Amino acid sequence: MEKDETTKLPQEELTEIAKILRLDILKATTRAGSGHLSSSFSSVELLTALFFNGILRYRPDEPLWPKRDRFIMSKGHAAPLLYAVLAKAGYFPKEELWRLREAGSPVQGHPILGKMPGVEATTGSLGQGISLGIGHILGGRITGKKYRVYVLIGDGECQAGQIWESAMAASHFKTHELMVILDYNKFQEMGPVSREMGLEPLIDKWQSFGWYTAEVDGHDIGAVTKKIHSLQEIKDQPTILVAHTVKGKGVSFVEQDYTWHGRAIKDPEQYKAAEKEILCG
Amino acid sequence: MRLGERAGLKESKPLRDIFGDALLEVVENNPKVVVLDGDLGNSTKTELTRKAFPERSFNIGIAESNLVCIGAGMAGAGLIPWITSFSSFLLCNGYDQIRLSVAISNLNAKILGSHGGITLGKDGPTQMGIEDLALVGGLPTVVILVPSDPVTMHKAVKAATDHVGPVWLRSSRIAMPYIYPQDQEFIIGKAITTREGNDLTIIANGMMVAAALDAAVALQEDGIQARVIDLHTLRPIDREAITKAAKETGAIVTAEEHLLHGGMGSNVARVVAENCPVPMRFVGLADTYVESGDPDDLLEKYHLTSSDIEAKAREVLAAKGETA
Repeated sequence: MEKDETTKLPQEELTEIAKILRLDILKATTRAGSGHLSSSFSSVELLTALFFNGILRYRPDEPLWPKRDRFIMSKGHAAPLLYAVLAKAGYFPKEELWRLREAGSPVQGHPILGKMPGVEATTGSLGQGISLGIGHILGGRITGKKYRVYVLIGDGECQAGQIWESAMAASHFKTHELMVILDYNKFQEMGPVSREMGLEPLIDKWQSFGWYTAEVDGHDIGAVTKKIHSLQEIKDQPTILVAHTVKGKGVSFVEQDYTWHGRAIKDPEQYKAAEKEILCG
Repeated sequence: MRLGERAGLKESKPLRDIFGDALLEVVENNPKVVVLDGDLGNSTKTELTRKAFPERSFNIGIAESNLVCIGAGMAGAGLIPWITSFSSFLLCNGYDQIRLSVAISNLNAKILGSHGGITLGKDGPTQMGIEDLALVGGLPTVVILVPSDPVTMHKAVKAATDHVGPVWLRSSRIAMPYIYPQDQEFIIGKAITTREGNDLTIIANGMMVAAALDAAVALQEDGIQARVIDLHTLRPIDREAITKAAKETGAIVTAEEHLLHGGMGSNVARVVAENCPVPMRFVGLADTYVESGDPDDLLEKYHLTSSDIEAKAREVLAAKGETA
């Protein structure tokens, strides 16, 4: 019998992991002096559920295991989060995180395929992740490997035309193996999404493209896990979990302030305050 | 006069048909090869494969960005995708996707850019790939192949499939005559000296190789021995063959069905300037868009004929005489 490749942890440990991920993101971006702190923070619980609560099947000691589930970070600017998760999962030593954005470091500013184990795609120009996921699924159908593909996209990213090209194709190919998780934190670089280039009615859009949709509080690890498990039962159509999140979640003065989109915390006092807030939960 | 007629070259069918035959062969022989189409399979000639292997053929529709990335994802799943469409659509709608998901990712994906050059003719400049090589040139990890005849096209498809890493292959609508015997060796990155000669060298790719051979015959009538090099691989460029030609013949003309800006000639010039500067002349498209028209009329109007190569050869020989 094949061993269970998923990790499942009790609730307290998951909350603890989310804290560790936020601290790692904070430390890595501050050391680098730049990086997308708040975009990383909003997705922390989503990836905690995916990687550490029995959903994603992966082998850190065999990153290219052909039957692994794929996780594609389409919102590539959340690279600090991706790296923190992969380090926590055991793909590479945590020390690598402290070389984020340095010359010669495999921990590049945005994810680059082939530089770090566990990174499934080169992203950073938005809109490409779902298409890549469809390719992995169609490929898996040919090679006879059964796996699922999870793609994390941002809300501003839904403004890209390719998102809707791929939405159409996923539905056409009935890719029930594909699940998109949308980090709906309601902010993009220049301001609130609704003000800059509104997406609503967003659920209607995805449904009209043939997707099965669900919504969840993106910071409730238990609820996210439950929703993902229920979406896995859907047949013959791709699924999207629209996760309502708070941009910058975990640090009060970063939350909902879109000017933090591509910034790191540089002020030592602010750093201490942020660290304290994360630790106290 | 027909392309290659003066050089005594045998006629063949359009290069895109040769591609279609060759693709079918690699799909037959390698279960990992899959074909992705941007709804142009009857023009690119992937339709043969679609008929024979529907389970490994995918029409992604008129959405090149999605097309490129789905292909890249399939490469990530361990397959060898051939991503196919007109070069103009793939590059202009899918450049960002080729850049990130294929080139920076260094994935084992193959891209067919068909209808390269101006010889698609009557459909006009929106469909023509006159800048394809310059654009792919901006993707450092991608091998660039521009075959010149049926034999090398057939072998290029196989070589591209066997090569591990991203490859761009240019195909054309025009019929290019047979230049090579069936057993001609084709190695990525190794130019073919198609004709020997020591007075000057004509370095060409694609249909301009046959035009160069026509020009060489005309020059021979005046006792001028032109070497003709088929530079079928633009990257990695064969520095050795170019340098040797510069040293041994002392004058170079390049000929390509492409913009001069950023094309093959400018890349050859870089090698020549570094290794052995000699007089050079360039046959290709000046900074202009071409209009609809009969391919032969267009080639003449935009100076891409064997006569144009011949004239530049005489010019470069005069320059060589002056510097000697």
